[in-house]
Amino acid sequence: MNKPIGKIISYSFLTLMLVFSIFPFYWMFVIASRTTADTNKFPPAFTPGSQFMSNIDKMFNEYNIQFFRALGNTALLATTLTLSALFFCSLAAFAFSRLSFKGRSFLFIFLLMTMMIPGQLGIVPLYIIMTKFGWINDLRAVLLPGLVSVFGVFWLKQYMDSAVHRELIESARMDGCTNFQTYYKIVVPIVKPAMATLAILTFMNVWNDFLWPSIVLKDPSVQTIQIAIRNLNKVYYKDNAVIMTGTFLATIPLLVMVSIFMRQFVAGITQGALKG
Amino acid sequence: MQPRIGTHTKKTRKLRNSQSFKDHVSGYLYIAPFFILFGIFTLFPILWSAQISFYSWNILGSKEFIGFQNFIWLLTDDPRFWKAVGNTFTLWIISTIPQLFFALVLATVLNQSMLKGKALFRTAALIPNVTSLVAVAVIFGSIFGTHYGILNWLLSQLGFDKFNWLASYWGAQFAVALMVTWRWLGYNAIIYLAALQSIPSDIYEAARIDGASRVQQFFNITIPMMRPIILFTVIVSTVGGMQLFVEPMIFAGDQGGSKGQVLTMVLYLYTTAFTNNQFGYASAIAWLMFLIIVAFSVFNFYLTRKINSAD
Repeated sequence: MNKPIGKIISYSFLTLMLVFSIFPFYWMFVIASRTTADTNKFPPAFTPGSQFMSNIDKMFNEYNIQFFRALGNTALLATTLTLSALFFCSLAAFAFSRLSFKGRSFLFIFLLMTMMIPGQLGIVPLYIIMTKFGWINDLRAVLLPGLVSVFGVFWLKQYMDSAVHRELIESARMDGCTNFQTYYKIVVPIVKPAMATLAILTFMNVWNDFLWPSIVLKDPSVQTIQIAIRNLNKVYYKDNAVIMTGTFLATIPLLVMVSIFMRQFVAGITQGALKG
Repeated sequence: MQPRIGTHTKKTRKLRNSQSFKDHVSGYLYIAPFFILFGIFTLFPILWSAQISFYSWNILGSKEFIGFQNFIWLLTDDPRFWKAVGNTFTLWIISTIPQLFFALVLATVLNQSMLKGKALFRTAALIPNVTSLVAVAVIFGSIFGTHYGILNWLLSQLGFDKFNWLASYWGAQFAVALMVTWRWLGYNAIIYLAALQSIPSDIYEAARIDGASRVQQFFNITIPMMRPIILFTVIVSTVGGMQLFVEPMIFAGDQGGSKGQVLTMVLYLYTTAFTNNQFGYASAIAWLMFLIIVAFSVFNFYLTRKINSAD
């Protein structure tokens, strides 16, 4: 069936898609590596220039963007929230999946229903709450609401239901394991693949989150990387090259990370769809 | 563990009882942190916003109960809200339909066994999905720039005038829809690819023997077999599309453009709450938005069900 025409069409289509996917990144780097004067020309420059380092220098020294501060804040939030989602969600998922207690299925169905509600519904009261706590311009305003996720509980429970056999729990109990020992000695090692996927999805979401952080984190010292890019875009509207340099630097760490964990990422996307 | 029940002695039954007690204690203990945090930071704000929506409430804390007045204003006297609703739906349509269609084509192409370099294409397809919305909007803003944007350069090469994408209604809508499509096309393609791989190949074999062409196979086998998964991607993109916010905001500003070309529901909610500080009105918007999403999802669900049972 290897018709050459079919092959040519397939590869042309794929190449077109490849260019469509990659071109914006390439374009970002072209502008980031030139001066703004260079890019404000017709026809525009199509190849990368040599100004990348000087643009970085400009961003830090001339415009005083607290880039590393923002990067640090983002990394701190993403790491903490990932670890806490892994811990709290897996613990709750273990209870929902393998412990029997009254109200278990009711509570779980209730959780599933809340997944349908858009997050913006509670955003105004949440802001009022954060104001009352005095947490505006405080990383805690982003940290506390993000510590747990319904999706995480759902995701891990589904996995535990099929991967952790009841016999295994029984035999752990025969050996005298407490429930918590069963959880971290038996269950956690088994669900590691699902936890890896949850970790990568959570980390990515926190890294890229914009709406809520932009509301509560106004001060430059607490800003996340996404807000820093937005502000770069707002204030230094003319200096396209520096804007792109910042955007480039903010995009690369996550791209590298996700490329490394591509397998877990793909698993997260496809398993969620095929099971749901 | 029913089968072994006959062998139980009193002792093990006692143990079982105490195990049940332990399970109750651990069960509640393990879900407690989750429910406490979820309750304070998710559930309570949602319920409270229902109350706030009946007040005229601003940031200084002056609040006055005005009953359904916020909703009445929204429904009868707020063209901007309805513009935002309309924009959200047009943006959803012009981004979702081409996105899902091309995703299906891309997945079909990637599913061919003779293809080389699959991993490369798959990674390339997914990379846009990992990029932050802010970065996407910044980059596309530059591509769609009026004076030095690369798209206008292409147009000028083809003999057209420079086009002010941002200022025109369809131009801005197209730009935002393209950002959404760019980000989600590969994501959906990967889902479709996984689903395609689960279709048994002998169905295609039989169709080939009966003389069905590739295109016929696509429309008569692939699409019907893929219906559940297509339904899933439609639902996911509905949820996402109804909450569209970052792309129009970065591309066209807080007001969604000079004439509100790409003002979406969430963007309107955002500026009402956090630029104009009208908390009561914003909460009413949030609830109305929620009702619209629910109604639309139900409609979507029945429509797809109907299409599913059509043949």
